[in-house]
Amino acid sequence: MSDDVLNAQDIDLSRRKFLTAATAATAATGVVFAAVPFIASWKPSERARAMGAPSEIDLTKLEPGQMVVSTWRRQPIYVVRRTPEMVAGLPQLDAQLKDPKSAESEQPDYAKNEARSLKADYLVVYATCTHLGCLPKQHFTPGDPVVGADWPGGFFCPCHGSRFDLAGRVFNGSPASTNLRIPPHRYDQETLLIIGVDTAAAAAPAVAALDASDARSHDSPADDSRGAA
Amino acid sequence: MAAVEEKIPAAKAGGFRAWLNRRMPIDAFVAEQLTGYYAPKNFNIWYYFGSLAMLVLVMQILTGIFLTMHYKPSEIGAFDSVEFIMREVEWGWLIRYLHSTGASFFFIVVYLHMFRAFLYGSYRAPRELLWLLGMALYLALMAEAFMGYVLPWGNMSYWGAQVIVNLFGTIPVIGPGLVEWIRGDYGIADSTLNRFFALHVIAVPFAIALLVLLHLVALRQTGSNNPDGIEIKANLGKDGKPVDGIPFHPYYTVKDIVGVGLFLAIFCAVVFFAPTFGGLFLEKPNFEPANPLSTPDHIAPVWYFTPYYAMLRAVPDQQLGALVMLFSVVVFFFVPWLDRSPVKSIRYKGILSRIALGTFVVTFIALSYLGLQPVDPIYTVLAQVFTVLYFAFFLLMPIYTRFEKTRPVPQRVSYHA
Repeated sequence: MSDDVLNAQDIDLSRRKFLTAATAATAATGVVFAAVPFIASWKPSERARAMGAPSEIDLTKLEPGQMVVSTWRRQPIYVVRRTPEMVAGLPQLDAQLKDPKSAESEQPDYAKNEARSLKADYLVVYATCTHLGCLPKQHFTPGDPVVGADWPGGFFCPCHGSRFDLAGRVFNGSPASTNLRIPPHRYDQETLLIIGVDTAAAAAPAVAALDASDARSHDSPADDSRGAA
Repeated sequence: MAAVEEKIPAAKAGGFRAWLNRRMPIDAFVAEQLTGYYAPKNFNIWYYFGSLAMLVLVMQILTGIFLTMHYKPSEIGAFDSVEFIMREVEWGWLIRYLHSTGASFFFIVVYLHMFRAFLYGSYRAPRELLWLLGMALYLALMAEAFMGYVLPWGNMSYWGAQVIVNLFGTIPVIGPGLVEWIRGDYGIADSTLNRFFALHVIAVPFAIALLVLLHLVALRQTGSNNPDGIEIKANLGKDGKPVDGIPFHPYYTVKDIVGVGLFLAIFCAVVFFAPTFGGLFLEKPNFEPANPLSTPDHIAPVWYFTPYYAMLRAVPDQQLGALVMLFSVVVFFFVPWLDRSPVKSIRYKGILSRIALGTFVVTFIALSYLGLQPVDPIYTVLAQVFTVLYFAFFLLMPIYTRFEKTRPVPQRVSYHA
């Protein structure tokens, strides 16, 4: 049987090299596939996703100038009933804002307008700062000493000093770059707010028309990833 | 086995120790790594901090193991279980304070250890890899400390986690999805706490232990640098040993024990008399349970992260701020190649290097202070100035180290005060 022993010159080295590489590649592919379940196990669980169902808020008791804090998908959401003066003051701030027309900010198309809302007197925003996720606090009184004498009223983040107006639009000089995000929402009756469901496009009401000129669509409101601040 | 030993007479000689050494090279290992490992004979006080870092690591692991026996990593149970440890577990308060104080002392020791490298050029060739492994250790330590800080589930834990995890959200395209994946929920939640616990108690400590091993292996290969920044291996005696070297054991083991004694005296004083260190080591808002609906009035990380946090806040753009913060840590990795001085040690470098290093120390301390302060326009401007100085130290290093006048390096190591 010793005749069967291969001589060195008979070994096809390129074939061996190919087989070694092919084996290594197969093993590497296997490792990648085996890693999938472990990596995927970090994604929100079925329970977390079920808990992310839309939430309802009855707004009948919310007076003008008041704010309620609700939550959807573990994220606090501010619902502000703005007074007519508050709404009227919004367009005058445009020059002091980073993104007055919300071109770079995240909101459903029906909230991409001057008041950033479906109904001008109600503001519905994620309470998480677009900078790094702290909660900007309500400082609705103009000239609030905490923020400064020239403060027109809005939200101020205590963590890193970002300032937002009463439509959640970010002021120049804030570390945040974009306006507060608006969650998908709709009204089932006059004062029953549902957060987590989009308003049907056909039903998008009149306020949106104010800004019809700037119609560049910027996001997909139902996208799950908007949960991130 | 016994049969084999009987056939070879030599294999039976020497009693238990010899029996052991035939099966495991214990004596050879000690000879190679301790009694036969020569370290420069002119080590000074700065050379304590490597072994002290190891001591703190061991203490953290030991106290950590005992804390896990009482701690519950859940949204509902975490805060209460920490209070339970503090109030009801026998000596629980001591074990927790040893662990929480140990975290801060870990950083004190590591920062001094890193400063030593800057003083004497310990990152220079042939020790670049040693430095890189050390920096990897520093990163792992930062991750470990951050996740450990989340576990008590106080309000600062919660909002600190919120801010740090959201930093990943600034990455273009994948950011938002990545943040959700890290948290395992749409906000910082039970799932986040639970996985941070797993990473904090097993995954990261394991990585740290492995990196410490590699750090030591790399050190054994190149040998220690010394305050003169000259290679003792270049000057061997007749016996083939460095004439400027002494065996690590017993000389430096004994010296290190003195350091351990001093260190423990200071450490215990803090543990017993000032475990919160005025809110620096344990922050006041963290004595309140996590509340997703209420941000603490002033969010500041624990002191050892504040220089980077100050730089993050100094930049008025979120993506750029995160990038500056990332780069402020990453830049350390490039130091071995940024320093172009013909000499290693600050003793023989010129005036520019001395000014630069002095300024950097002031900058680092100033940024640490600013990162602890509330948002204020004046502080923001100061933080911006110091951020520029911080990067100037690194980015101008190739220039000021190359063009300054250096002093001649001695042939043999010297002793200074």
